[in-house]
Amino acid sequence: MQMPEPDAQLMARKPELVTRLREVLPDDAVIFEEAETRAYECDALTAYRCPPLAAVLPSNTEEVAAVLRICHEMGVPVVPRGAGTSLAGGSLPTADSLILGVARMNEVLDVDYDNRSIRVQTGRTNLSVSGAVEEEEFFYAPDPSSQLACAIAGNIAMNSGGAHCLKYGVTTNNLLGVTMVTMQGDVIEIGGAHLDAAGYDLLGLICGSEGQLGVVTEATLRILRKPEGARPVLMGYDSNEVAGQVVSDIIKAGVLPVAIEFMDRPCIRATEAFAGAGYPDCEALLIVEVEGSDAEIDEQLGVILQIARKHNPVELRESGSAEESAKIWLGRKSAFGAMGQINDYMCLDGTIPVSQLPYVLRRIGEMSKEYGLDVGNVFHAGDGNMHPLILFDANKPGDLELCEAFGADILRLCVEVGGCLTGEHGVGIEKRDLMVDQFAPDDLEIQMAVKDVFDPAWLLNPAKVFPLEASAERRAA
Amino acid sequence: MKPVSESELSEMIVAAEGPFRVVGGDTRPVGRVVDGDVLSTAQMSGVVDYEPGALTLVAQAGTPVSEIKRRLAAEGQRLPFEPMDHRGLLGTSGEPTIGGVVAANVSGPRRVQAGACRDFLLGVRFVDGMGRVLKNGGRVMKNVTGYDLVKLMAGSRGTLGVLTEVSFKVLPTPPSRAVLLIEGLDDTRAVAAMTRALGSPFEVTGAAHMPVGMDGDPVTMIRIEGFTDSVEYRVGRLRDLLSEFGAITVETDPERTAAGWRWVRDVEAFHERAGDVWRYSVKPSDGPALGEALREMGAVAVLYDWGGGLVWALTPQGADMRPAGLRGHATLVRASEETRARLPVFHPEPLAIQKISQGLRDRFDPKGILNPGLMG
Ligand SMILES: Cc1cc2nc3c(=O)[nH]c(=O)nc-3n(C[C@H](O)[C@H](O)[C@H](O)COP(=O)(O)OP(=O)(O)OC[C@H]3O[C@@H](n4cnc5c(N)ncnc54)[C@H](O)[C@@H]3O)c2cc1C
Repeated sequence: MQMPEPDAQLMARKPELVTRLREVLPDDAVIFEEAETRAYECDALTAYRCPPLAAVLPSNTEEVAAVLRICHEMGVPVVPRGAGTSLAGGSLPTADSLILGVARMNEVLDVDYDNRSIRVQTGRTNLSVSGAVEEEEFFYAPDPSSQLACAIAGNIAMNSGGAHCLKYGVTTNNLLGVTMVTMQGDVIEIGGAHLDAAGYDLLGLICGSEGQLGVVTEATLRILRKPEGARPVLMGYDSNEVAGQVVSDIIKAGVLPVAIEFMDRPCIRATEAFAGAGYPDCEALLIVEVEGSDAEIDEQLGVILQIARKHNPVELRESGSAEESAKIWLGRKSAFGAMGQINDYMCLDGTIPVSQLPYVLRRIGEMSKEYGLDVGNVFHAGDGNMHPLILFDANKPGDLELCEAFGADILRLCVEVGGCLTGEHGVGIEKRDLMVDQFAPDDLEIQMAVKDVFDPAWLLNPAKVFPLEASAERRAA
Repeated sequence: MKPVSESELSEMIVAAEGPFRVVGGDTRPVGRVVDGDVLSTAQMSGVVDYEPGALTLVAQAGTPVSEIKRRLAAEGQRLPFEPMDHRGLLGTSGEPTIGGVVAANVSGPRRVQAGACRDFLLGVRFVDGMGRVLKNGGRVMKNVTGYDLVKLMAGSRGTLGVLTEVSFKVLPTPPSRAVLLIEGLDDTRAVAAMTRALGSPFEVTGAAHMPVGMDGDPVTMIRIEGFTDSVEYRVGRLRDLLSEFGAITVETDPERTAAGWRWVRDVEAFHERAGDVWRYSVKPSDGPALGEALREMGAVAVLYDWGGGLVWALTPQGADMRPAGLRGHATLVRASEETRARLPVFHPEPLAIQKISQGLRDRFDPKGILNPGLMG
């Protein structure tokens, strides 16, 4: 993955930049010593690293605006950063850029149970938003697996999803309003605790824009009352086709589970060795979870189990207690860790139409043989969001490149069958160059024109999302 | 002009000199009057792809909403956001199209729980003001590839491009439903009751209050949908939860409940009554005070949906009914052409947002030929 050449002239102006930043921020909020800027050299796509020119950690919207005005004036590129858990390189800096981290902005500003909303500073972590409303049995629905660490800022920028979004939607469906600072330093308010936007849906546009349109400093989020209970079932099948059919039949039967998770044999084996959850050794495993009161759960599971049985499962395990439920989820939740135990891995997240599942899994299996790299599949089957995990050895020369080529082929396959490159992780630098496989030149041009409106000088996170070649002219101007 | 295909539409726009008034079924003429050649999407019609097992449907923009509903009903599914039919309220005729629903981001009572049209919209194809054929999103449920222009196009009312194809996430229609009815509450108590219901774990899919109900008395309506035993269970729990608000009756008859929510959805209480119609989106707890302020300003009737967060008002003709200090926003949905030329139909935007909106229009429609002036 290529990054643009840093601007040497800008780098030479580092002392001036630092001086000016320290005029508007407390001393400890400006980080410029080389040993310290290293902390910001990468996100969770750790194969790519580059320390920024400097980093700032403002504590409110006004400070963010002051920083952006300085950078705008000096022409310094700015890379917004939440918790740095992006898997796509979204918060990877360049050597001539400033990291603007919102980690210190983690306050809850207002909890409003009557209007089912919460207002937070965006540096707050995802899980601690739910934590803030737990005592009244409310929760914030989008639940990325990284929820302990990732910030609402990154969730909004990536439009993150989670295991429960089949029922509750992703970030964009649970975001009511934002305060955002434009690259020019203007503070704008969009939305609020009311349900629909006035004028154009700028809220929808900003969500998922990967830190390229503005820096989001505060957010109003929808909170929901917790369901009375939840219970999973586990089912094993001896073919991916059959498991795919079960998913489709459940959906057609009118049940809406909160989650339908799918694991294939390589992944089942790896997690069994790692976590010992007692999963059957079979081709395909499904975990289906439903919510409600006990009686409601029984009613829904009745329908689901009937469908499951019709397709001759090799295993069908209902949970009878909280411990059994935890055990059913244990393997799924340790899947990434388990794969990481075996080797380095790259996690993809292309989405496909659910009906294409068996075909795509078969093709991935064939490609795995061609490339000589193992791959395990664990994903949100209800919505077709795949997570192939390709194993490689970072210490073996050429293995990373091979793995990236394999990954690119899988993503092209997703697009080919009517899906897309990324369902929840974002484009960042990782899928930037594949954008031409999903979009025609005009489709990319109109998206870049949107960035022109918000950030005419292309200073905000400029080397992301669009193929470098496509954005070159704009970045140079 | 009635193009039959995307490419023909593109050619028409490339060749165009004057402005276009872009319409689907022309049943929702909301916004400042546009003086231009009528450009209708009605001939680009038909369901392109429907996979009930994947909960996805793709249709050409001109497809009648009725046809889509029929196709979905045959598989026991529906558009979850319950789009309003504007014909009765606006006195229009014609066939509402799915493109029109998207262009105006039309939702109904279920929006409070399930989400709006924009939340179920997975992808769009459209032709912009330069005749470029563009696409964004797709037909899969999760997609964060590039900017979300799908949301931007929803509710842009033909000012950024002419929609040619739209794809949706759909949902199963639950087999059973019930409506709890409480009579005689004033607005504040009604919103309190709805707030309690919506803040419960019982998945309320509609919460509306009519200060003057079908039989003249105030009525508060709370809807539950789902499997039969589950609906019965939740009705029981909600009865207990809401007991302090007065006597509760429960309606489960499919026809009567459907008619009741259609009445709310389409604002039937204002049909064939003279006056302008304003629509307000506010924080639900601000609803009653807004209702009060509107009555003081002369509103003849007020109703509440979305637990108090959506307020409709029937008002004297020609009056500016935006109370000072309104938090949220107001839309003038029905008024004479003269009024719509004089009063901003959509809520005036702060300068910084105005600049962005205008900037977007300049990029998507540099010649200014698609519904110019309709939104500002
Ligand atoms: C183990 C693991 C599991 C994961 N599981 C999931 C999952 O289940 N679902 C999922 O969707 N993702 C998942 N992710 C990916 C990642 O956690 C999400 O993308 C997350 O939202 C990133 O949040 P962050 O705060 O760490 O953002 P960062 O990595 O700091 O930044 C992400 C992007 O947001 C931008 N940004 C940051 N702050 C701002 C701001 N204030 N204003 C504007 N833009 C900003 C950045 O420039 C960057 O482009 C996982 C990651 C890991 C490591």
